[in-house]
Order: sequence, then structure tokens, then C-alpha cells
Amino acid sequence: MEIGERRDGDILVLSPAGRIDNDTSPPFQTRLLGALTPGAAVLVDFSAVEYISSAGLRALMMGSKQSKAANGRLAVAALGPVVKEIFEISRFSLVVEVFDTPAGALAALR
Amino acid sequence: MLIRFWGSRGSIPTPLGYRAVRTKIREALLAARHHQLDSPESIDNFIAKELPFSTSGTYGGNSSCVEIEAGGDEYVLCDVGSGVREFGNALLAKHGPARKSRFNVFLSHTHWDHIMGFPFFTPSYIPGNVIRIHGCHNAMRDVFIRQQSNPCFPIDFRSLGATIEFVELEPGRTYEIDGLSVKPIRQNHPSDSYGFRFSKNGKSMVYSTDSEHKFDVLTENYPFVEFFRDADLLIFDAQYSLADQISIKEDWGHSSNMIAVELAQLARVKHLVMYHHEPVFDDKMIEKVLGETRRYAEINGSPNKLTVTSAYDGLEIVI
Repeated sequence: MEIGERRDGDILVLSPAGRIDNDTSPPFQTRLLGALTPGAAVLVDFSAVEYISSAGLRALMMGSKQSKAANGRLAVAALGPVVKEIFEISRFSLVVEVFDTPAGALAALR
Repeated sequence: MLIRFWGSRGSIPTPLGYRAVRTKIREALLAARHHQLDSPESIDNFIAKELPFSTSGTYGGNSSCVEIEAGGDEYVLCDVGSGVREFGNALLAKHGPARKSRFNVFLSHTHWDHIMGFPFFTPSYIPGNVIRIHGCHNAMRDVFIRQQSNPCFPIDFRSLGATIEFVELEPGRTYEIDGLSVKPIRQNHPSDSYGFRFSKNGKSMVYSTDSEHKFDVLTENYPFVEFFRDADLLIFDAQYSLADQISIKEDWGHSSNMIAVELAQLARVKHLVMYHHEPVFDDKMIEKVLGETRRYAEINGSPNKLTVTSAYDGLEIVI
């Protein structure tokens, strides 16, 4: 899967694209956990994500735990309609910080 | 094969209190205001078609007990949670105490919510009845004696009138019991639990409760995909949300509605029944979760169409 990457000041923005499912969650998880170094602020921009399965959400959960343990911050933004529904169904909105837009997330993470 | 649910609640029986009953009555009356309900038939029709199940009924309060009618001479039950009390009473009301019966119980595990109904299972007091409790735990008899003896219960298990036998099964082996093929599988749960696949005449039903599914990636190689493969009905422990299952309630031994859907679709199951409902959830919440789970089965892109139901006490499904 393609995972775009850019920096906005101290914040790393990861932009996966397509489906995060059983096939694609391993590289997503590897990249996300690798980015969450101690104290790091990471934003996952979901603008180009069409779907996320339990495996993808598990990667986010691991990221959230790792981030909290290392005094970092993890947020997600720009959930499309399907991904937003899945976040509600899974109750993941209670696990990670969710923002409507990347700009709003970046402002909160600074 | 007919499957009848006598107990659908997880962890502990959860009776409705008077506030919940009054809320249901109030909602029903509010919904009825603009309907012409001047005959018993129109009222029945209104209840059946116009009210949500969370208002017209309840998912129920009894803990785990499911009956399988498969045309054999003997009764077949999965677990003897508090629901088995009502099963026993219904049987006596229908046939009276004189008729002697044989029962096959398949025990998922010995946690209390799965055995607590047995001291109140009236047929166990009647000489001539035979109750065979099948399971993969080697301490089943000890556990039944411990819950039904002084000082926990006034009538000792060893003094019951029925003949009660414990039959230890081996996971992975297939057994023929009262015309049913039965295969157990070991599940991830504190002190282990076991699921059972029942098959007869080309139809299959899987009873898989108190089972936590932990995997990084869900693939065809996961043993439960094969165990559930092409089942006509899958009764599945979907007690938690995914977020709860993999965070604060990790290693508590239960699973979630999203894992239920993904596993069922991967295994090409036809009908998923969510079971072992979280006792914190009221009827409205269980109904909400049911709607969300059906929606997840639609939007996740799987080519395998899946019917999704939430179990309730009194539910009957024919496969």
C-alpha cells in the first residue's frame, strides 16, 4: 500500500491510500509504529483511505498504546464516510483523537 | 434442525427492572397515538410491525442456554446457564413429570454463568431421567458438585434423582451423539472454553461462545475459519465493541461484533447470531449494535452475503 509522508514542523503526517485490511495492515502497522518514537507527534491523514478493517484498527490501537507509553501524540483526521462509520461501529473514536480536517488536527497537535 | 435460545445474556442474568418495563410501555403508547387500534388483531399487528423489538420485546436476561432439535429421541442443549430453568419448566408443562427423558448437554466451559441454571433444572430431580454432560474439561463433575452443595445450595448434587453422567470429549475429534455429528474446538478464554460444531443431513450449526479471537491478521489459515466453514448458523460471542476487546477488556476472553462479521464472511457462514450480550447493555443498545453490525457486513466489501441476528430468549431459527 502507498503511504505518503510529509513533515509539518515537528509533526509527521502519514497519508495511507486505499484499503487498510488484512493484506495491507502489516505495512501500515510497521510504518506507524516506526514513526511513533518517544515524544513524537503523528497525524494519520485518512483522506485517501476507502476502508479500514479490524486488522487496521488493531494497528491504530497498538500505535495509540505505544504513543501514550512514550509521551507522544497520535491523531487521525479526514475520515471518509465509510471509515467514519467503521470508527463509530468499533468505538475507535474513543481510542484515538479524531479531527475533521488535517489542518484542525495539526493545529491541535502543535 | 431447529435452534431455540433459552438464555442469551453474557456473564450474569440481567432481568428487566420496573423502570425498563415502564419505559417500554410509555414508548409503545406514544407510538400508538396516531394508529387505529380498535381490535385485538390491529393491536397485535401494531406490536409486531410498528414497534422496534427493543420496545415490543427484550433480548432477555437469562445466561447461556441453547436447545437444538434435530429429530433425535433425546434433548440436546448447549450450556446450562440460567436459561435451562425455563427449558426444564417448559418441558414439564408440556409432558408432565411422568415421562422419562434423556438429555445431552454440551458444556462450553465451567464458568458460573454457563452452569448456574443446573440446580434449578427440575428434570435433574426426577428419577429415571438421564443427563449426560459432554465437555472437554476434566473437572466438570467437581465443579457441578461444588456449586450445588452446602453451603452454596441446600440440595446436594449427589442426591439428585436423575442419573447424571459426565462425558469427556477430545477437541478435534468428531462424535456421533443422538444422530448428530459433534466436533469440539478449544477456544481462547481464561481456563479454556470449547466451541462445538453440530452437523446433520448436510446442515451445520456452530456454538462458539466465550471465545476471544486474537490475531494480527485474519487469514484463511486461522483454525476457526475452517471450523466455521460454510456453517448454516454461527452462534458467536460478540460481547464487546472492537475497541473494548483489544484495549481495556483484552484477555477477558470475549470477542466483538466486527470480528464476528469478518470471521463469518471469511468462512462463508450464512447466518451469524450475536450471543452472550454484555450485561451493561440495555435492549436499545443491543438493537443499536445489531444495526451497526448489519451495516458493517454490508460496507466491508466482502462478496459473502451474511444474515445477522441478535439472539434473544425465545428466539427460534430453523436451518
